[in-house]
Amino acid sequence: MSFSVTPSILSFSYLVATVLFIFSLHWMNDPKTARRAVLAGSAAMAVAVLSTWGQEVVVHHLWIVLAIIAGFVVGVPLSMVPMTAVPQRTALSHAFGGIAAGLVGTAKYYLWLGEGPEQLTKFRMVAILIEIILGYLTFTGSLLAAGKLQEVKWVPQRPVTYVGQNIVNLGLLLAAVAIGVFLVFFPAAVMAPKLFLVIIALSLIFGVLLVIPIGGADMPTVIAILNAYAGLSAVAMGFVLDNKLLITAGALDGSSGLILSIIMCKAMNRSFTNVLFGAFGQIQQVKEGGDEEQVYKPETIEGAGHVLEQSQLVVIVPGYGMAVAQAQHKVRELYDHLTKLGITVKFAIHPVAGRMPGHMNVLLAEAEIPYSDLVEMEDINADMPQCDVALVVGANDVVNPAARYDETSPIYGMPIIAADKARTVFAIKRSKNPGFSGIDNELYFSDRTWMLFGDAKHVLGELVKQLSGGSGMH
Amino acid sequence: MSRRWILRGAVPVLAALLALGLTASDASSSLVLALQEVSEVAEPIETPDYWSLLFVFTLSTFIGLGVIRRVSRLLHTPLMSITNAISAIAVVGSIIVAGSDYPTEIRVMGAIALFASMTNIVAGFLITDRMLKMFKTAERKSP
Repeated sequence: MSFSVTPSILSFSYLVATVLFIFSLHWMNDPKTARRAVLAGSAAMAVAVLSTWGQEVVVHHLWIVLAIIAGFVVGVPLSMVPMTAVPQRTALSHAFGGIAAGLVGTAKYYLWLGEGPEQLTKFRMVAILIEIILGYLTFTGSLLAAGKLQEVKWVPQRPVTYVGQNIVNLGLLLAAVAIGVFLVFFPAAVMAPKLFLVIIALSLIFGVLLVIPIGGADMPTVIAILNAYAGLSAVAMGFVLDNKLLITAGALDGSSGLILSIIMCKAMNRSFTNVLFGAFGQIQQVKEGGDEEQVYKPETIEGAGHVLEQSQLVVIVPGYGMAVAQAQHKVRELYDHLTKLGITVKFAIHPVAGRMPGHMNVLLAEAEIPYSDLVEMEDINADMPQCDVALVVGANDVVNPAARYDETSPIYGMPIIAADKARTVFAIKRSKNPGFSGIDNELYFSDRTWMLFGDAKHVLGELVKQLSGGSGMH
Repeated sequence: MSRRWILRGAVPVLAALLALGLTASDASSSLVLALQEVSEVAEPIETPDYWSLLFVFTLSTFIGLGVIRRVSRLLHTPLMSITNAISAIAVVGSIIVAGSDYPTEIRVMGAIALFASMTNIVAGFLITDRMLKMFKTAERKSP
C-alpha cells in the first residue's frame, strides 16, 4: 500500500470513533432517535477498522479479508433470527466477544514470551490474565446460557446443583488466581507456558460451573452480567495493547451490562451473589395440602367479551407464556378491536417479562403495537385501581400478590404489577396446574378474578371473534 | 435509594482498586529493580502510560453510566445488541495480531478473533436496526 496510516491519523480516527460511539448510545434514549444510533455506531466501527488496517505494521492482508468475509457470512443470518430467539443470539454474541478477547490475550502472551521475557512486564501480565480469565469464562458461560435458552436437548434446563458447589467454584477460582499471581512474577519460568494453558482451562471450566446452577427465571440477569464481563474483557485487552479506543468502547459496554444487571436484580429483589450462588429454581417448598381447597372461577368467552366491551381502561399484562403460545398477533387484534370501541388499552411491562432485559417490548413492537402504549411497571401501578379489566396473558409470578407479604414465598419482596387492584381480572391459563416456577398464584383465587382456560392464542382469537359480534366474521 | 448508591459506589471502588493495584505493582517493580543488578542493558521497552489508560477507563465508565442510565427501558434489548456490536471493537486488536509480521500460530489466533468480532459487528448492528424499525408510534391508531 502506498498510503499508510500514521500514528497521529490513527489517534484522530480513534477519537472520532469514540465520540461517535458515545453519541450512538446517547441516541438510544428515545425510539425516535434510536435508528441514528445504529448509523453512528457502524460509522465509528468502519473508521476504527479501516484506520487500524491501514497502519504500516499490518502487512498480511489475505487472512484479514477472509476473516471479514467469514464474519459477514455468519453474521448476516444471525441477525435474522426470530424475535423470540434474540436472547440466545445475544448470549452467543457474548461468547464470540469472550473468545476474541481470550485469543488476543493468549496470542500476545506467547508473542511477547517469544520476543523476550522482558516484554512481559508485571502490568502487561496482570492485564493479560484479567483479559483471558474474563474472556474464556464468558465464552463457555455464554455458550451454556445460549444452549439453555435455545433449549438444546443435552443442555440441562433446570438448575444443576450439588453439595459443596460453591466451595468447588471458589476453589477453582482461587487456583486460577494463585497460578496467575505466580505468572505475574515469573512470566518466563520454564513451566510458565504450560501454566498459562492451565489457567485457560480453569477459566473455561469456571464459565460452565458459573452458569450451570442458574435456572430459567434468572436468565435475564445472567445475560446482563455476562454482557458486563464481555465489556470488561475488551477493556483489559485495551490495557494489554495500550489502546484507548478499546478501553473506551469496552467501558461503555461494561457499564451498560452493569446497569442492566442492577435493574434486573432489583426487579427480582435479589442480589448479584444470590443470583450467582443461589440456584433459584431449587428452593421449592412443598405446600401442605391440608388447608382449604381453593377453587378457580371459570368464565366464558361471551361473559369476558361483555365485560371488556363495558370497560374504559383495559390493562394487558403479558408474560413469556404469551410468546410461547405465539399469541402476540392475536393480542394485537384484540388491542385493535378494543381501541376501535374507544377503550383505552395499555400494556403493563414488568422489567423481567421475557427472557432478557426489555424483551417483552420488542415482542410487542414486532406485533405492531405502538410503543406509547407499553407502560413500565412503576408507572402503570398507580393507574391500576382505575383499571376496569386486567387481562393476564401468560404471566404468572409478576402478578402474584404473595410477593408482597408471604415471607415464605421464593418471590417474596419482588416488585409486582398490581393486577389484583383492578376491578376485574381475567387470567388466560392453559391448565389448572401451577406455573413453571411451581408457585401457586393467589391472584387466580381472588374474588375479582375469573379464569379463561385454554391456549392463549385460541382464547384470544375467540375473544376477538366475540367482540366483532358476528358481523365482523371473516 | 440503594440502586443509586451502587451505581455511584461501583466506579470509585473499581477505580480505587485498580489504582491500588497499579501503585502496588509500581512499588514492587521498583523494589525488584533495586534488588536486581542492572547487569545487561536490555533494549528499551515502550512502556505505556498506565495512569492515563486508567484515567480513560474511569472517565469513560462514568460517561457510560450517565448515558446508559437515560436509555428508555423500552429499548433495553436493542441497547444490549448495539453495545455488543460496539464491544466488538476487539476487532482492532485482532487485525493487528492477524495482520502483523508475527509467527503463523499467533496470527491464526488473531484471525479467529477477527472472525468472531466481525460476526458480532455485522449481526449486532443489523439486528439492532431490525428491532428499532419495529418500534412505531400510534399513528396507525387514528381512523
